[in-house]
Amino acid sequence: MDDDKRLKAYKIMLAHYMTQKEERALYNGKQISKKMIEQNISPEEVVGMHIDVLNRLVPNLDEPVQASLQFLMDVMVGYGVAYREHQILRDRQKQLDSEIEIAADVQQSLLEGTVPDYPFADVGAISEPAKKMTGDYFQFVRGHNDLLGVAVADIVGKGIPAAMSMSMIKYAMDSLPESSQTPPVVLSSLNRVVHRNVDPSMFVTMFYGVYDPGKEIFSFASAGHEPGFYYMAETDRFEDLETRGFALGFSPKAKYKEYKRKVAPGDMIILLTDGVTEVRTNKGFAGRKLTVNLIRKYMLLPAQKLVENVFYDLQRIQNFEMHDDFTFIAMKF
Amino acid sequence: MKVMIEQRRSADQSFRVSVEGEIDIYTAPSLKEKLIPLTERSGRMVTLDLSRTAYIDSTALGVIIAALKSAEKNHCSFSVEGMTAHVKRLFQITGLMELLHRQKMTEGDHK
Repeated sequence: MDDDKRLKAYKIMLAHYMTQKEERALYNGKQISKKMIEQNISPEEVVGMHIDVLNRLVPNLDEPVQASLQFLMDVMVGYGVAYREHQILRDRQKQLDSEIEIAADVQQSLLEGTVPDYPFADVGAISEPAKKMTGDYFQFVRGHNDLLGVAVADIVGKGIPAAMSMSMIKYAMDSLPESSQTPPVVLSSLNRVVHRNVDPSMFVTMFYGVYDPGKEIFSFASAGHEPGFYYMAETDRFEDLETRGFALGFSPKAKYKEYKRKVAPGDMIILLTDGVTEVRTNKGFAGRKLTVNLIRKYMLLPAQKLVENVFYDLQRIQNFEMHDDFTFIAMKF
Repeated sequence: MKVMIEQRRSADQSFRVSVEGEIDIYTAPSLKEKLIPLTERSGRMVTLDLSRTAYIDSTALGVIIAALKSAEKNHCSFSVEGMTAHVKRLFQITGLMELLHRQKMTEGDHK
């Protein structure tokens, strides 16, 4: 419908309605408004048309009425501009959302979420992002002689930048030669990668451990990562897996110390990110004590059930509102 | 978050940056914008005061490490004051505390 035709049709409808208050005219008005939306007619054009037609139908409108119509016209011009901007932003938002959705899928396929089966340990792991994409990372690595390598990392920040750094870490991990996989060597090489490649305010905290089933020894090192827990069956006590070491990216010359633990049957190693220990409650941060209490509550369950139950309980405590990515691993020997 | 920058005298080389409120993923970029440029002129002494900061997360640590790196590169001194127990723990675990101490020591050597 071109401008002229529309103007004529509107004039007839308005005239009918003004003289006879006909329902039919109202119905037609609604129909024409649908057409106008399809043709991208802006709200101020509709008001402009109304004023135009009204002036033709009632040639001598009062001065105040004229002024009020002019006022309405100006308001609608502003409204139209704001409305169009809003529409554009909404379209862009939709586009971004779908791009993030795709990126999150790609990330999911990159993450090796699989927990391998080991004859010497029952292993459970859970990793949940606070938003669509995660800055947390974990990976199990099978080395020579049945060695079990385990990595847990937390990339500073959230969302897409953190996820991109995480992908970098994963590829750096995968490209490390098998023979060099003692924890300090792994962390030193990753430290160089992070230091070289990311902006100065980006850093990664990471824990890397290797269990040797032949010697029953767990060797580990940490790059500024939230300490895990070691449960000793003999004493029935949880201890912090205390370590020292700079976060990856802090200093190019960082050296990492290797720590060792003799593992006895019934012992348990818990690795996590600070999304677990910094769960927010209405009384502040939940902390490590609560985490230990929850582990104790579920420690007789299989490892996978244990981590899922602890995750669920911590989520319930913060009303199912996640503030940080959450990664939690249990290895029961 | 409110960031206040104090310079004792106009010719003075020491700056004190106080932060009120929370430093998190949303507010950290604005702190970074104000803090980093201060550490880019040789001989300056920049102190970050966290005594009125209610909460910081790991992105705040990112800003602090970036300020420290920039200060080292540009021969400035950079220190952090007014840490709560929670902040101190974060600094200790990540090794940031040791790096801050180390920077202080090297500054001492220069003098």
